[in-house]
Amino acid sequence: MPKEAIVRTIGLKKTFLLGKIPLHVLKGIDIEIYRGEYISIMGPSGSGKTTLFNMIGGLDKPTEGKVYIDEVDIAQLDAYELAWLRCRKIGYIFQTFNLIPVMTALENVMLPMIFGGMENEDAMNKAKSLLETVGLGERLHHKPFELSGGQQQRVAIARALANDPAIILADEPTGNLDLKTGKEIIHLLKEMNKNKEVSIITATHDLKMLDVSDRVIWIRDGMIERIEDRENLEIKVGEVEGEEAG
Amino acid sequence: MQENIPEKKIKKQLTLPLGHAFNMSLRSIRIRFGRSVIVTMSIVLGIAFLMSILSSNAFVTGILEKGPENLKIVLQQNMEEMKIRQIWLISLSLLVCVVGIVNAMLMAVTERSREIGTMKCLGALDKYIVELFILESSMQGLAGSIIGVLFGSMASFVVYLLKYKGLIWGMFPAGLLLKYSLFSILLGIAISIIGAIYPAYVSAKMEPAEAIRREV
Repeated sequence: MPKEAIVRTIGLKKTFLLGKIPLHVLKGIDIEIYRGEYISIMGPSGSGKTTLFNMIGGLDKPTEGKVYIDEVDIAQLDAYELAWLRCRKIGYIFQTFNLIPVMTALENVMLPMIFGGMENEDAMNKAKSLLETVGLGERLHHKPFELSGGQQQRVAIARALANDPAIILADEPTGNLDLKTGKEIIHLLKEMNKNKEVSIITATHDLKMLDVSDRVIWIRDGMIERIEDRENLEIKVGEVEGEEAG
Repeated sequence: MQENIPEKKIKKQLTLPLGHAFNMSLRSIRIRFGRSVIVTMSIVLGIAFLMSILSSNAFVTGILEKGPENLKIVLQQNMEEMKIRQIWLISLSLLVCVVGIVNAMLMAVTERSREIGTMKCLGALDKYIVELFILESSMQGLAGSIIGVLFGSMASFVVYLLKYKGLIWGMFPAGLLLKYSLFSILLGIAISIIGAIYPAYVSAKMEPAEAIRREV
């Protein structure tokens, strides 16, 4: 089966202005991510992971270069089309969960479907079954602050899946979770990746992610350091952990 | 993809029904009740101050129209001086009211930038976000202004009641008070909406990543 690129970036650059000093966060990133892949973007803090994540997700505009999602240059989209893309094509998961605090778990999951024009009842049924899939069937009517971190992240995963996106973007999804909960979330993501054939792109420095990733993209100082397939990964884990400790 | 999503279809597919929006705003006020009370209090205070000045103005007018002769003469003697003071007081109270409410709304909405960014990630159009905040702020504005009008007019009523005792009933300026009350309530709602729309619009216009990152 030929590999179909779902995300492609060409010469992606991003510069922030710190007062008058330009800070080059991304210095030209070219990547291709295929449909159904589980990708981890790894790198130390400040390497540009989150910035790259935001560019791929259409959450921020690159200073230079192009991002193609499903072969469409997202810089060419107008506000409606961009909102449509965010609503239908991409599901987002954040380190800080970012659930809407005034809504219950169920309503949080329903929100993207309501924006997407789904009937209330259909949206509710789908939200229920998604929350059951992530193991929160008993907590439909809890508000985010009544849920633990792991549970909130599960709600966020269910919300990200609401409109059957082609891509799930997860920015440090395990960053605020303990080891065990983090593992559970990673396995849940992998399960979704397998069962729903959704591409998962995570920006992370959580080494637990290595186990499940198809490919790992290492970023350092706004550049791609190396891209590794899973087969070659296991040998390097020791080295990586050394790197982390140093 | 531009080919397979015609624009008309997109506009239809992205929706936020008004009933939903209304529920969301009401709930948002209820959940953040403490915060909402503080914001509403600042509307109450602003409008109460304005209304107390306006209604004391109404009482003076009432005395001038229907009051006993001896009072009229005293009042008329001070009229020139009074006029300038009234104008000064009314403009000052208007100013305090506007600045207070706008400030409260700016803070309350700006601190919810992350929520706005998140909604945009989920596919909300800018106008849904602005719509939600218009609803929420107009509800707060209405509640705050009504309470403020009651407080303000009661306060100046008590002052004039103590000063003129039972005489006040004979010269009660009901029509004028009603007019000032309506004016104050409308003003309160208008300022609340303006104060909320501006930061909501700024956050909604930002790229979602920026809105989520935005620290207050």
